[in-house]
Amino acid sequence: MDRRDFILALPALALAGCADQKAHSQAVYLLVDTSGTYAEEIGKAQIIVNYLLGSLNSGDSLAVARVKTRSFSEKDIIAKATFDGRPSQANAQKRAFREQFDAFARSSRGSAYTDITGGLIQGSMFLNETGAGKKTILIFSDMQEELDKQTQRDFPIDLKNIRVVAVNVVKLRTDNIDPRLYLGRLEGWQKRVKAAGAAEWLVINDIEHLDRLLKG
Amino acid sequence: MTETSFWMIVPGNPGLSALILFVIAMPFLYAARKPVHELVRAVGHLAGGPLRLASKWLLAVAKEMRERNRQVLLAHGREETEQHIAREFERIGALVRRDLEGYPALQRRLLDEITRVEEDYRKCGEVPPPPPEWVEAVEAVARVKNGNELVQHVLEEIDRSIKKIYDRVITEYREAYESRHKILNGFMPFWRSLQRTLAQADTHITSLNERATHIDAQMDKYQEIVEQTRKAEHVLTVSAATQFAVALLVLCIAAGGALINYKLIALPMSEMVGAGDWLTASLRTSDVAALVIIFVEATMGLFLMETLRITHLFPVIHNLSDVMRRRMMLLAFGLLVTLAGVEAALALMRDMLIADKAALLQSLSSAPQQLPENGMLSRIPTAGQMLLGFILPFALAFVAIPLESFVNSARTVGGVALVLFARGAAFALRLAGNLVRSLARVLMTLYDVVIVLPLLVERLISRKKQEEIPDQDLAVRRH
Repeated sequence: MDRRDFILALPALALAGCADQKAHSQAVYLLVDTSGTYAEEIGKAQIIVNYLLGSLNSGDSLAVARVKTRSFSEKDIIAKATFDGRPSQANAQKRAFREQFDAFARSSRGSAYTDITGGLIQGSMFLNETGAGKKTILIFSDMQEELDKQTQRDFPIDLKNIRVVAVNVVKLRTDNIDPRLYLGRLEGWQKRVKAAGAAEWLVINDIEHLDRLLKG
Repeated sequence: MTETSFWMIVPGNPGLSALILFVIAMPFLYAARKPVHELVRAVGHLAGGPLRLASKWLLAVAKEMRERNRQVLLAHGREETEQHIAREFERIGALVRRDLEGYPALQRRLLDEITRVEEDYRKCGEVPPPPPEWVEAVEAVARVKNGNELVQHVLEEIDRSIKKIYDRVITEYREAYESRHKILNGFMPFWRSLQRTLAQADTHITSLNERATHIDAQMDKYQEIVEQTRKAEHVLTVSAATQFAVALLVLCIAAGGALINYKLIALPMSEMVGAGDWLTASLRTSDVAALVIIFVEATMGLFLMETLRITHLFPVIHNLSDVMRRRMMLLAFGLLVTLAGVEAALALMRDMLIADKAALLQSLSSAPQQLPENGMLSRIPTAGQMLLGFILPFALAFVAIPLESFVNSARTVGGVALVLFARGAAFALRLAGNLVRSLARVLMTLYDVVIVLPLLVERLISRKKQEEIPDQDLAVRRH
C-alpha cells in the first residue's frame, strides 16, 4: 500500500466489503517429473519450491505433485497448502511444506513413463477448486511425454485462465542430434496448451531467473 | 490524374473557376449585405451578451462574498481579541493577587526599615569635644607676674591636670567614634534589605506595566476592529493566511508521522485480522484496521485537547460541566494510553514477524546460513520501534491544535481565494464577451471588403444622385 492508497483509504472504507477476497490470491501447482534420467534434476526442483515458498503470501495456495506413469491422481500430490492469513502461521506452514518436499526429494524414485497431460488435468482441477484469482501450473520436466498403452490422454483438455510455465526443459540426447525435435516438442506443447485456453505459455530454462515464474 | 470537381467552371483551372464563381456570387452577396450584417451583429450580441451578464453577476457575487468574508473575519477577529484581552486581564489579576497581595505588609516593612535607619542615623551624630574651659584658667594664671614659685607650681599642677583631662577626653572621644562606627556598620543589612524590597516592588510594577502595555495594544486593535477599518481587515487577513500556512505545514508533518505510525502497525495487524482479506482492489483489511487505530488515536487526542480546553472545536464538550469534562478527559487519556500500549506491542510483534520471515527466507535460500545476531545491536531497533509506537499516538494527539487553526483560518483563506477566483472568472468572461463583439465587427468589415466592388459602384451612384438633386432643386427654383 503506497502513499496514494493511504490518502484514499477513507473513501475506500465506504466501499468496503464488496471486494472479491479470492481475486487477490494466487495458486501454484508444480508438476515435478520423476521419470527416467530427469529424476536427477530433483535438486533444482527444490530450489524452485524454495523460491515459491519465499514468494507466496498469506492466502495463496501451493501444491507440488509428481509426474509418473499415470499422474491424474490426488495421490501424486506430494504436498499442498493454503497459507494462513496470519503471517506467523503461514511461515510455520511453509517450513512444514519444505520438510515434506525435502523428504520426498530424498526418497524419490524414477518412473517408467511420463504422464504430463494427466498432471495438467489434475493441476487445473486443483487450481480451479482454490478459486484463486491467478492460477499457474509449473511443469518441471523435459516435456517428453511417454504413455503406456492403456493410458488415454489424446483428448482436449481445459486450462482456461491458467498460466502454464515449463521450467528447466533440458535437452535430450536426440535433441542434441536434431534440435528440431526439441523445438518441435515445445511448439507442440504450446499449441496444445493454447488450444486448452491457457492464459499464457512460458518456458524458463535458467533457474537463476525465477522471478518470471509468478509474473504475468 | 486530377479529378475535376463539380464547381469548376473552367476544367483544370481552379483559380479561374473560383474567380468566375466569385464574380457571379458578388451581386448576391451585395444584395444579402444588410441581412448578413444583421445576422453577424445578432450572433455577436447573442454570444457576448450572456458572457457580459455572467461577468456582471460574478462581480456582484464576488462583492457580496467579500463583504460576507469581511464581516466574518472582523467578527472572528473581534472574538479572538476579546478572548485575548480577557486572558490578559486574568493574567493581571493573577499577578496582582500573587505580587501585590502582600503590598501593605511590604509597605509596613519598608516604613519600619526607614524609621530604624533614621533613628540609627540620629544616634550616629558626631559628639562635639568638651569646650576648652581650662584655657581661660591658664590665661588668668599667666597674667600673674613671673618669677613667683607659687605660680610656677600652680601652672605645673594645671599642666598635669590638663594632660590628665586631655587623655581622658581623647579616650572618650575615640570611644564615641567607635560606637558611631558600630551603629553605621549596623546600617548595612537594613540598607540592603531596603534595596531588595524596593527592587522587588519595582519588578512587580514593571511586570504590571508590561501587561498594561500589552492590553493597550490589544485594545487599540479591538478599537480598529470595532470601527471596521481597512487596516484591521488587512491585518486579520494576513494573520489568517499565515496561520493557515503554518497549520498546513504542521498538518503535513503530522501526516508524515501518521504514515510512519501506519507502517509500524500495518504488518502486525495482519496477524490479528489476517493478511488474506481485502476490502478493495488494493486495500487489505489489515491496512484498514491499522488506519482505523491511527484515526481513533487522533480522535482521542482531539477529545483530550478539547476537554483540556486547549482547542474549541466542539462547543458541546466546551459546555459540559467541569465534573463531566474531567471524566471525559480521563476516559480519552486512558484510551490513548491503552492504544499507545497496543501500538508498542504491535511494534514488537512487527519486529518478531520480520525476524521470523528473515529466518524462513534464510533457511529457504541456497546461500550459506548466517547465525542471527542477538546482541544489543539487534535489540536497539526493537526498543526504538516500541518507543516510537508508544510516543507517536501522543504526538498525534497534538494535531488537534494545528487542526483548529487550519479550520478557523481556512474559512478566511478559502473565502479570499473564492473572491479572487470569481473576480478572475468575471474578467475572463467580460474579455470573452468583448472579443465576441469585436469579432462580429471584424466579420462585418471583412464581408464589406469581399464585396468592395459593388459597394464602390453604390457609392458612385449615390454621389451622382446627390449631385443631381441640387440641380433639380435649382431647376425648380428657376421655374
